[in-house]
Amino acid sequence: MNHFPEAWGRPRDDVYGAYNPSYLQTTGPKAHTSSPAVTGTSVIGVKFNGGVALATDNLASYGSLARFSDVKRLRVFGDKAVVGFGGDVSDMQYIDRLLASIDIRENYSNHGNMLNAKNLHTYLAKVFYKRRSEFNPLWNHVLVAGYDGEGKPFLSSADLLGTTFSAPHLATGFGAHLAVPILRRLFPDEKPIEEVTQEHAVDALKQCLKVLFYRDARSLDKYSIAVITKDGIDLKENEQIEGQSWAFAERIKGYGAQTN
Amino acid sequence: MTSIGTGYDLSNSVFSPDGRNFQVEYAVKAVENGGTAVGIRCKDGVVLAVEKIITSKLLKPGANKRIATVDRHVGIVSAGLVPDGRHFVSRARDEASSWRGVYKAPIPTNALANRLGGYVQAYTLYSSVRPFGVTAIVGGWDSEAELAVDGQVGQGPNSGAGGKVEGAEAGGPGLYMIEPSGLYWGYYGAATGKGRQAAKAELEKLDLSSGNLSLADGVKEAARIIYVAHEDSKDKEFELEMSWISSLDGPTKGRHEEVPKELREEAEKAAKRALEGDDDEEEEKGQAMEE
Amino acid sequence: MVAPHGVTGMLGEDGIHVDMQHLKSGEVNLVPVQPGMAINFKDGVILGADSRTTTGAYIANRVTDKLTQVHDTIWCCRSGSAADTQAVADIVSYHLNMYGVTNNEAPSTQVAASLFQELCYENKEMLSAGIIIAGYDPRHGGQVFSIPLGGSLHKQSFAIGGSGSTYIYGYTDAHWREQMTEEEGIDFVRNALQEAIKWDGSSGGVIRLVVLTKKGAVRHLYLPDNGYTGPGVTN
Repeated sequence: MNHFPEAWGRPRDDVYGAYNPSYLQTTGPKAHTSSPAVTGTSVIGVKFNGGVALATDNLASYGSLARFSDVKRLRVFGDKAVVGFGGDVSDMQYIDRLLASIDIRENYSNHGNMLNAKNLHTYLAKVFYKRRSEFNPLWNHVLVAGYDGEGKPFLSSADLLGTTFSAPHLATGFGAHLAVPILRRLFPDEKPIEEVTQEHAVDALKQCLKVLFYRDARSLDKYSIAVITKDGIDLKENEQIEGQSWAFAERIKGYGAQTN
Repeated sequence: MTSIGTGYDLSNSVFSPDGRNFQVEYAVKAVENGGTAVGIRCKDGVVLAVEKIITSKLLKPGANKRIATVDRHVGIVSAGLVPDGRHFVSRARDEASSWRGVYKAPIPTNALANRLGGYVQAYTLYSSVRPFGVTAIVGGWDSEAELAVDGQVGQGPNSGAGGKVEGAEAGGPGLYMIEPSGLYWGYYGAATGKGRQAAKAELEKLDLSSGNLSLADGVKEAARIIYVAHEDSKDKEFELEMSWISSLDGPTKGRHEEVPKELREEAEKAAKRALEGDDDEEEEKGQAMEE
Repeated sequence: MVAPHGVTGMLGEDGIHVDMQHLKSGEVNLVPVQPGMAINFKDGVILGADSRTTTGAYIANRVTDKLTQVHDTIWCCRSGSAADTQAVADIVSYHLNMYGVTNNEAPSTQVAASLFQELCYENKEMLSAGIIIAGYDPRHGGQVFSIPLGGSLHKQSFAIGGSGSTYIYGYTDAHWREQMTEEEGIDFVRNALQEAIKWDGSSGGVIRLVVLTKKGAVRHLYLPDNGYTGPGVTN
């Protein structure tokens, strides 16, 4: 018997001839996340006079399976900012812990955590870009909400490639197609942000969530909403979409000429 | 000192014939010259206090903190060589962060003290290093609440976990003191630095083992003890620096924070009053004896 | 340059060139994902699993034990590659034992879940592992965590996993109640697994359960030839 462990489990040389090691490739490309597994769908956010509001539903899907319906995708950073996560949940947990470690380190100094939402967004975008450059992306699209260095409301997005984009209202995933047009109609460019109240913003988010629940097959009617004002962060994580419209289904009969 | 000239005090890795490591003993001397530091383990939190001797009038008051935060729930104060203390704190932070990296939870105070004890002890073994010139007091609060995994999603059952032992004691205050030899013990009250003898005498009077002292009273006692311990080096000016960690329903919500300015000043006032009171008593005694 | 295969067509002359790394894809098929589940009940947690291991349509093992102990009262339910999940469970088991001796305290279920997650997340490209972790400790009581394919960690009131689980989402959701008694909990798990076995070709054989409470771990066994009625407790 050949006592070398590398020979174990292999066909015997004396019977089948020596093994050609060139068949055993140890070099070559290393595979990384090429697709996410457990995912969250849209994140939507709106700036208003004096603050920002952010919302996501509480679903984590596994393909088309609505696997986890209690996943809170709005994560609070310090007492200053909220990050809304779309995309892979395991990467969200990784980033959440990364942000917690930053918050801990920030608090080692006398003046506490000085990072505002804008700083956080810059940092996150760089993390995303670094990882995509290593061909090992963090599979998320996030919205960061809070205040910038001048104390003005801040809302910006960063995606798995490190792409950043900023606007008074934003949405990721399906929301980019379904929520943004609604938000554009409610808050046109001409309308100054001073005229958008907190109530307007929250109502708009609820309206968007409802449309997303109607039209996004990976969505849920349970959601989380965060309102960030100078008074702090008001985070509600067990909300239910209300005022849905389904009764009209009674009038829909057949698909054309049929009348009953 | 008997060790001088014998040659057994020159290296860490050499014992003296009677089994002593003189380098460690010299490190203790460095500690004995440092400003007094105390820690008190109260029923609902931990207080740390240090007498920061003002070495120069050119230093900004309130700056150059001597009590450091580790993770969120632990504070470290040390007496002795300040840079050694800083390095010690840096190691503590690394340990806390590595614990979180593996277990996704804050490091228990006893585990941190254990790791730091091991770290300090390693500096007594090799000829290429010298021992730490600090004795450090590590105070922390281990959460009494149900621990969540960092970054947790999902809640579990709404009605709570099944089979949970109700009223079971979990978490609470932790106070440890680590010496240059790497020796560490858990304490009800710990003191180190120049005024440690006076401070220990005062701590012993507090009956800490009965677990009755509240955090609020602990703050006052800590301030007073630092003032008492300072009596022997009255010629030097000092600043009192104090921090605390309360239970989750207390003022710091389980986090290590500086004691707010107003509270500290109040405690300092009370400390000064208590000292003056002692002086008065002594004067009275003196008078009585004269009579 | 790699010599082309089968130059002469004679085995003795050409030799066999098996790329051991290629075995990985075949090996994964050895144990496709099968159902396992864990639930919270009044006094702790219950884990359950069927016993079928298949290679394609062939049943490689009809009495598999898929319930793995990683500490006294922390167990897991493995699905996915047998080799991967065994390796992961062995590593976690080692670390939990080390935790126990170095900290003079039994590890909590959270600690086990964290260790499992770290391994599953950091090595997600190399693993096909879906793991349910259930444990009992006096401080937190019974807890159930689930780690699906990507390596995310989810705390749940009950968890189902594996290929057969898709057949019982409806059953479990409809029949789930919090704070069931032990007897009700066992019935719930057993009935759910019976449904999975009934509808899923990759599931079958016996039903194994482990009940974790303050009294420790108790194994149960239920056999198909008596309609999964017994023998019941086996340790």
